[in-house]
Amino acid sequence: MAILKVDNLSKNFGKVKAVQEVSFEATEGRVLSLLGPSGCGKTTTLRCIAGFENPDRGEIYLDDRKITPISPEKRGIGMVFQNYALWPHMTVYGNLAFGLQIRKVPKDEITKKIKKVLGMVQLEGYENRYPRQMSGGQQQRIAMARALVFEPEIMLLDEPLSNLDAQLREEMRFEFTELQKKLGITAVYVTHDQAEALVISDKIVILNQGKIVQSGTPKKIYSNPKNKFVAGFIAVTSFIDGRIDSFTEEKKKVIVKTDDGLVIHSFNNSFDIGQKVSVAMRMNVIKFIQDENKSDKNTVNIFKGKIIQSSYLGNTIDYKIRMGKWEIRTNAEAKYDFKLGEEVTFHLPPEDIIVTRES
Amino acid sequence: MNKKGVFKDIIMKKSIFKKTIEIVIFVVFLFFLFTPLFSTIIWSVALVWYWPHTLPQKVGFDYWLQALGITKSLTLGAVNVVPAFLLSLGIAIIVVIITMAIAIPAGYALAKLKIPALLKGMILILFLLPRAFPQQPVFVNLMLMFNKIGLTGTVSGVILVHLVVGLVFAVWITASTFSSIPPELEEAARSVGASRLKAFLKVTLPLSAPGLIASSVFVFLTSMDEFTGTFFVGLPFVTTLPMTLYSASGSNIQFASVTAILLLIPSIFFMIVIQKFLKAEHLGGMGG
Repeated sequence: MAILKVDNLSKNFGKVKAVQEVSFEATEGRVLSLLGPSGCGKTTTLRCIAGFENPDRGEIYLDDRKITPISPEKRGIGMVFQNYALWPHMTVYGNLAFGLQIRKVPKDEITKKIKKVLGMVQLEGYENRYPRQMSGGQQQRIAMARALVFEPEIMLLDEPLSNLDAQLREEMRFEFTELQKKLGITAVYVTHDQAEALVISDKIVILNQGKIVQSGTPKKIYSNPKNKFVAGFIAVTSFIDGRIDSFTEEKKKVIVKTDDGLVIHSFNNSFDIGQKVSVAMRMNVIKFIQDENKSDKNTVNIFKGKIIQSSYLGNTIDYKIRMGKWEIRTNAEAKYDFKLGEEVTFHLPPEDIIVTRES
Repeated sequence: MNKKGVFKDIIMKKSIFKKTIEIVIFVVFLFFLFTPLFSTIIWSVALVWYWPHTLPQKVGFDYWLQALGITKSLTLGAVNVVPAFLLSLGIAIIVVIITMAIAIPAGYALAKLKIPALLKGMILILFLLPRAFPQQPVFVNLMLMFNKIGLTGTVSGVILVHLVVGLVFAVWITASTFSSIPPELEEAARSVGASRLKAFLKVTLPLSAPGLIASSVFVFLTSMDEFTGTFFVGLPFVTTLPMTLYSASGSNIQFASVTAILLLIPSIFFMIVIQKFLKAEHLGGMGG
């Protein structure tokens, strides 16, 4: 089981700078996710690691061994493709045995290993089926089994679950994590789905336009998105832009002021006075105040707004509130039955909103 | 009420009208397709047939026997065509082997290399150019050139002509076949340890088999039927079946009909074989 090191990787396609000076390390036995929107360079990076693209600059190390000049078949890396890429003219047995036959493994051992790996993905007895006779979820599991059967040092996955329906995706996510932990295999997982990355990763590397924007544990990224892009990408949905006006409580907190005179209190994160920031908030952060007299007069972050949209979702209702020139989305319990155009008063708890850098 | 009834009548009549037109077109199509064939078949067994009789007065397999060399031919123009048939067959087989040996790597390279579409189009047009001109002037010139290097009247010369003709289509078809194989299938093979060659042999080639077989059959039939180039380059020593047909069609219609049917046999044979072979057994395996 190995450690992967990507050092200063760069790859251009003509004028397009697909990957720019990307560096990261994957720890043995852990899952590292490359997360980002379409075109951010995550798949190109993965393909460079696999050997299907030649980087223009930078090196890739597997176990301190430089693999950059080595062709893909000699890298010992298992890969799961987005559309599975199972060979249609071979049975499941044929698909799984192929890699072992190349390594000149004796036949009875091949049969044994195939049986074992099929057991791991809960598809015992499927040796003689053809891919076309199986469902999407089953094909996906065979694709995983094929990448694992020759016991590679590391596993690369290119959005393996994106072709499955939502429910199956969640089940397979869990199965993948179980399998990965059981085998203790190192994995690099490419996805555009932030929820998926959150669930399966030990470490997330967020890419945008070829560059690393932030990397860290899921918890760190979600509680401290470095800037507006990261915050927006991990589904923080409302932003209010402004500038740092002053510090309070011995620089532990900041006061943010917007162009249209809103005053927002929150926590400091190494900001400077006058710095442009974005106050970010998730969907369930707003606390509606229905009886003004009950609230503590000293509470900060009390605002008034108007309901401009409401979507009924069963147990909850999605509201869009207009406050000055800002729109805030929130998801509230159905008991708050506000009408369109109704004026509402609400509280934004300073500890629940996040101040991020503008860029 | 009345209006509704009349309207309904018109609609009913309209679809009967439409159906009739469709049937008529279909029958005309069948007529043009099959009448020449039927006529040829009847002519091949007609011994005596003079106008205005609709069917031959006397039928028999005499010309068939003469053509196949079973009986000696006494009529002018009727010769034993078996040698010509075997020569055509032999040339066609050699042409297929050489053509595919060139077209498979060439098609693969064209499919995999990232050549701009404009350049690819230009290359293909370049190959097709000879076919765009009237065939006789093209091949007369070819004959003059081959004469200088001593290739006229030789089987090798004829094979070369067939190669040039067949290669264009073969490369086009193989390139298109290889392009249609998703590159991930080869990459998956390489990711489990297969070299480029092994991935090609074990994954790409089997999956391309239908297209490659179609290409081979096309080249084979093109070679069997090739006339103009073979005529100019092959004379006077090389006689293929189409050339026999040509000489016979002037003098002896019955004999020409027999030869024509003999030429049809490979085509029909391959149609049956391909129809059974190309059942979509090898599709599927890509998720999504």
